[in-house]
Parts: sequence; C-alpha cells; structure tokens
Amino acid sequence: MNALKLKKGASGKSAYDLKNPLGDLIETHTIAVLVDNEAGVLARVIGLFAGRGYNIESLTVAEVDHTGHLSRITIVTTGTPAVIEQIKAQLARIVPVHEVHDLTVEGPSVERELAMLKVAGKANDRVEAMRLAEIFRASVVDTTLESFVFEITGAPSKIDAFVDLMRPLGLIEIARTGVAAMLRGST
Amino acid sequence: MTRQMSGAQMVVQALKDQGVDTVFGYPGGAALPIYDEIFQQNEIRHILVRHEQGAAHAAEGYARSTGKPGVVLVTSGPGATNTVTGLMDALLDSIPMVVLSAQVPTFMIGTDAFQEADTVGITRPCTKHNWLVKDTNKLAETLHQAFHVATSGRPGPVLIDIPKDVQFATGDYIAPGKVKISHYQPRVKGDIEAITALVEAMEKAKRPVFYTGGGVINSGKGASQLLRELVAGTGFPITSTLMGLGAYPASGDNWLGMLGMHGTYEANLAMHDCDLMINIGARFDDRITGRIEDFSPRSKKAHIDIDASSINKVIQVDIPILGDVGHVLEDLLKIWKSRGRKTNAEGLKKWWSKIEEWRAVDCLKYKNSDSLIKPQYAMQRLEALTKDMDRYITTEVGQHQMWAAQFLGFEDPNRWMTSGGLGTMGYGLPASIGVQVAHPEAVVINVAGDASFLMNMQEMGTATQFNLPVKQFILNNERLGMVRQWQQLLHGERYSHSWSESLPDFVKLAEAFGAKGILVDDPKNLDDAIREMLAHDGPVILDCLVEKHENCFPMIPSGKPHNEMLLGEASTEGAIDAGGAVLV
Repeated sequence: MNALKLKKGASGKSAYDLKNPLGDLIETHTIAVLVDNEAGVLARVIGLFAGRGYNIESLTVAEVDHTGHLSRITIVTTGTPAVIEQIKAQLARIVPVHEVHDLTVEGPSVERELAMLKVAGKANDRVEAMRLAEIFRASVVDTTLESFVFEITGAPSKIDAFVDLMRPLGLIEIARTGVAAMLRGST
Repeated sequence: MTRQMSGAQMVVQALKDQGVDTVFGYPGGAALPIYDEIFQQNEIRHILVRHEQGAAHAAEGYARSTGKPGVVLVTSGPGATNTVTGLMDALLDSIPMVVLSAQVPTFMIGTDAFQEADTVGITRPCTKHNWLVKDTNKLAETLHQAFHVATSGRPGPVLIDIPKDVQFATGDYIAPGKVKISHYQPRVKGDIEAITALVEAMEKAKRPVFYTGGGVINSGKGASQLLRELVAGTGFPITSTLMGLGAYPASGDNWLGMLGMHGTYEANLAMHDCDLMINIGARFDDRITGRIEDFSPRSKKAHIDIDASSINKVIQVDIPILGDVGHVLEDLLKIWKSRGRKTNAEGLKKWWSKIEEWRAVDCLKYKNSDSLIKPQYAMQRLEALTKDMDRYITTEVGQHQMWAAQFLGFEDPNRWMTSGGLGTMGYGLPASIGVQVAHPEAVVINVAGDASFLMNMQEMGTATQFNLPVKQFILNNERLGMVRQWQQLLHGERYSHSWSESLPDFVKLAEAFGAKGILVDDPKNLDDAIREMLAHDGPVILDCLVEKHENCFPMIPSGKPHNEMLLGEASTEGAIDAGGAVLV
C-alpha cells in the first residue's frame, strides 16, 4: 500500500471555502480496506465518513481471515479526486487498518452484488417476470402461487436493470448486499 | 515468563514499565481497585485534580513540556466524559496522552448502570485510538500497545476503558518487550527522491521561506537542532505557526515571527510572495492560509509531514515528503551539503531587502499609555523580566494568547504550551500545573484572560495542595476580548454577551485557595508586581487590569488573503465583508 500516491489534480478546497466544494468532477471509486476484526472497527470507518462529510454509496463487510482476525470492508464512495485521496489517507491512518486499495485506480476490477427480489405478479406479469429472470440468469429461491423470490448476482448496473424491469411486474420487496470487489488478474 | 496479578496491579505495573512517573487523576467507584494499587506504591506520583478536564489538560502540559506521554486516570461515566475536551484538544494538537478510564463491570455494560457511559463510543472520534478491555489477560498487552500508538507516528491521545471486574480479576502480565509487534509502524524516513527534489528547488529559489509547525517540536529536540542548522546554512527566512514556536529561536537572525491570522506582517507577506514554501511539520490550518484561492499564489510548495492525510488536504503541494521531521531534515541536510551547499545568493539578497522593508512597518507597534496598562506592554515587561529564567509559558485562549505569542520570545522547543487547534478556554491553568509537576524548579507562567481563567479555576486547589508555584498572569479586561473584537469589526459593535460582569475579586480568590493574590492597574507598578509574583514561593494570581478595548493586531480578517492584513485601528473600517462573516 502506498498511502501517498499523490496526484496533482483538483485544487484544494477547505471546509471554509465559500464556493461549492464539489465544483470539480465527481468520481465514483471502490475502495477495499483490510482491517483487524475487532470491536468497533466498522464504527471507526463509518464514523470517519460521517464525521468528515464523505459519501457512502455502498458498504459491505465480513471476516475474510479467521485465524488472522482480518475483515475486508468494501466501500463505494463518490467525491472529487482530492476528496477521494483524502478518504484513502484518512482510512489508512486508522490504527486497525492494515491496507487500503483503490480498486478503481489499481484496476481493472470485478464488482459483484447479490440481490433478492420478491415479485408478486398475476397472470401474464408472472410469466413475464419468470422469462426476464431467465434472461438475467436470476434464480428462483422461493415460490408460492402468488409470488417468486428471485436471487440475482452481478454488477450493480445489471441488478439496477433487473429491478427496473421487475417494478411493473409486481415487485414488492428488495434486499441488496452491496458491492464486493476484487482486482482482475493474478496479483 | 508471565506473572499472575490482578488487572488493577497490571495497570500500575504497566505504567511503571512504560517509565511513567506521574498520573493526573480523580477517583470514583469504578476506579477504586486501581486507586487501591496506587495507594500501595510510591514510584508513581498521583496528582489529584479538581475536575477531570483539568487532569487531561495537565497531562497535555506535562507531555508538551517533556516530550513524554501524559497519563490520566479517571472513573467511569462523568469521569470519562469530562476528559472529552482534553482528548479532542490533544488530538488536534498532536499531544501524546494515555487516558485510563474505569468502566462498570462487563456484566453490567449495556444496562444503563450507575455511572455507565459508552466511553469508547463517545471518545472514538476524539482519540487516535481507543480500547475497551473485557479480558484481564489482554489488559497488559493493550496498555503497552496504547503507549506505542500514542507516541508513534503523529502523536495523539488514546483511551483504555477498563471495567471494574477486569480490574479485580487475575490474569497474566506481559512485559513491554514481550508484546507482539504491532502492525502500526508509521514510516519515519522520507523518500530520498522527493527530498532531493526539494534540495534542487532550494538551490534555485529566489524567494524561499521555511514555514514550520508543531511537528518539529513533536519530532524531538534533535529536529529543532537540525532545523537551526538548516536555517543557518541556507540563510532562508523562517516563520512558524503558533504550535511551532521555540523550534527556531525568536532571537535568531532569520526569524520573521509567527505567521497567520495574528502573525507578523513580514511573515505573512513572505508567505504570500515567496517562490518556494517549505512546510515542515505544519498543516495549512485555516488560521494560516486565509483565503485558499489567494494563498501564496506564485510559490512552489513542499510539505514534510508524518501524517499522509495532512498532505494535500487543504493545499495541493508540489513536493510531498511523508516522514518524521527529524529524519527528513537529517537526509535533507546531508543531500544539500553533498551537493555543495548551494543557494541562490543574489536572489536571497534581494528577498531579504524586501523582507526588511516589511519589517520596517513594525507591525506590532501599539500606542502605549501612562495611565493604563496596555496588554502588549504587560507582555513586553513579562518578557523582559523573565526571558533569562528557566521559563515555561502556558496560555488560555483569546487575545491574551495572541499577545503572548507575539511579544514573548521562545528560544527552545517545549517551552510554550497553548491550545492551538481546538482553542480551549480553560486549558492554561491545568496545563501550567502539568508543566510545573514535570519541572518543579522552573518558572511556570500561565498567561490568561479573565474569562478563560474562570473556566478551570478550581485547579488552583490542586496547585496549592501539591505546592506547585504556578504563576497565573491574568490580563484582565473584564471582557471576552477576542469575541468583543470580532463583534466590533464584524457585528456592528453589538457586544452580545461579551463582557464579564460579576467577576470575582481575584486577589481574594487566590487567598481563598491558599495562594497569593496581587492586583496591579498602574503601568508604573507593573514591574514590581511581576517581580513580586516571581519572588513568591507558591502559586500566585496576578490580576493585571489592562485597557478594556484594546484590539489584537495585525489581523488577517476571515476570508481575506495574506496581503490584505489589518495593521491597526485605522484600517478596520469595512474590513470584513459578508462572505468573511460566515467563517470562524
């Protein structure tokens, strides 16, 4: 991890600047953070984002190394290039943080999300939902005479598209996991 | 080889093993087992404060004046929450501090027990790191880790919350050397390529300036020595933030004075007009930069900092150098010398003649009076009568703090303790107590305002109890002077709640605490009053009645660039516009 891959880009803006601090181009970045799986570590990360006014678009966390007690947090965030650099530097100085990787910069990376959708359509809508699910390679994990629960995995944009298609077909509930991401290739 | 002992014994043992000689604290129900152990030993001195906020600031004063971490011991609930201001103060000023807070027993956590508070939750954003220890077997390791975190990298406050049952239970004690190495090992050596780039820039620079900060002090006395060598060798001018005063001597030839909102004209204009700015351990605070867009528009900027998040946070720099100031300066000097100690002599000569023009403005001049004590005059006399002493200065926050920074000269690091980042009124008195505990023979003076002093005046009791001869020099204008100044300049002279009615009689107050009180209101008697204060072997309050409406100049109004400074009363008309008014 090189916490100081400093790019000169957007001009520095302080909280005291009167003009819109987001005047620069807003970018979306996916950041993977390896942390000690100890009490309060998620609160530290979330508290950092809340306290300094950064955005969280998606956040997932789970232990990935049981013996080493390490968890991986995947955060999708948005901000100007300067803000993104600041987010990474701030994350890196949290004591239980081991590594910070900007997958958007270090990429290309694979991003996947799992979603479950409950669709309660009638007659033709029910048939159409089933047909679209096949196209999207969503699987049915629960069914009644009135409803399906679909499970779909993919990039967030694919899930967004599937959700939009299901909406008029009787979509009544959605659960999404948030993004897990990994660099492509062998490193 | 481990030793079995109770959690409370471990706390005391770990403090001894970490070389702690002093703890500032206040007992309470959940902390009783630790206090019982404190009672049964003599190696660690416990200073009983009168309020836990006082303990935290005293520990800051101790830490800032010694370079060692300050240690605080408090009970659960209100004991812990009362340290919050001190923790935040230490976080913003990068002061190493270890706070041990007791907690209700683990089986009562979450039940809203008596004196229960979610201490780690409350202190998470105001510590560098904190821990709740639920297992006595993990306590020793956590204590040692806490000292490691507080003192490595950018120093800061840490807190360990210790439930009462964990204090009572028995477990294995691990000595500091046996603890597994923490992955938290901040980089101290700077990148040689970047340092070389800075040397190249220094060789060419026509108008360079060193802009130094608290990071030089935190890096240790060696860093200040290297800085002095570098300044003497290059002949570059040097300015410093409030937090960095003393790293370079105020009597040094290249000293421009402090920079920033109330900094000197020459320092701020040098920052504005320079072509190479070398930031060493400072953080481009808003009190320094003024309006960001107009901050030193034509300069190449280098920034040496141990905290990567400080670099490019506010100001984008050209040469970032991540590392400890001492280590980086060592390499920097080595490289600069090996390349032949080059500077742009002709450029520098012109630059200095420009600086001399700015110096000639004499920006700190003020109109003295025969009948009233001007606060600036009071500081000048204090300086004249104490500068040759083994002297430490603390301050409260406000106008008096800025006058102290402007008129007192600091020749060495660790001699100046002030709340820079958080601006905590009530810091100075307890901080002076912490300094005096660490330096019993030295002269320790808290330059205070009447309003700030009242915020933690209960600590006069601590000073008396422990026979700490701290000198409280109150510049008493019966006003919240800085608030009043801003209301005058910014809010149409509507002085909303900025004067102190019903002030106590400070002489009687001193006497009520068993200290000495002196009042002075005539400039002719000022020197005698200061001498009397210094001569008394015990705590003193010197109530120095000063001109009530004096404003602190120079001043860069909020939202203005460095080259639009106000130099005195005549220049204040309409100086701050609506845009500036929303800033702090």
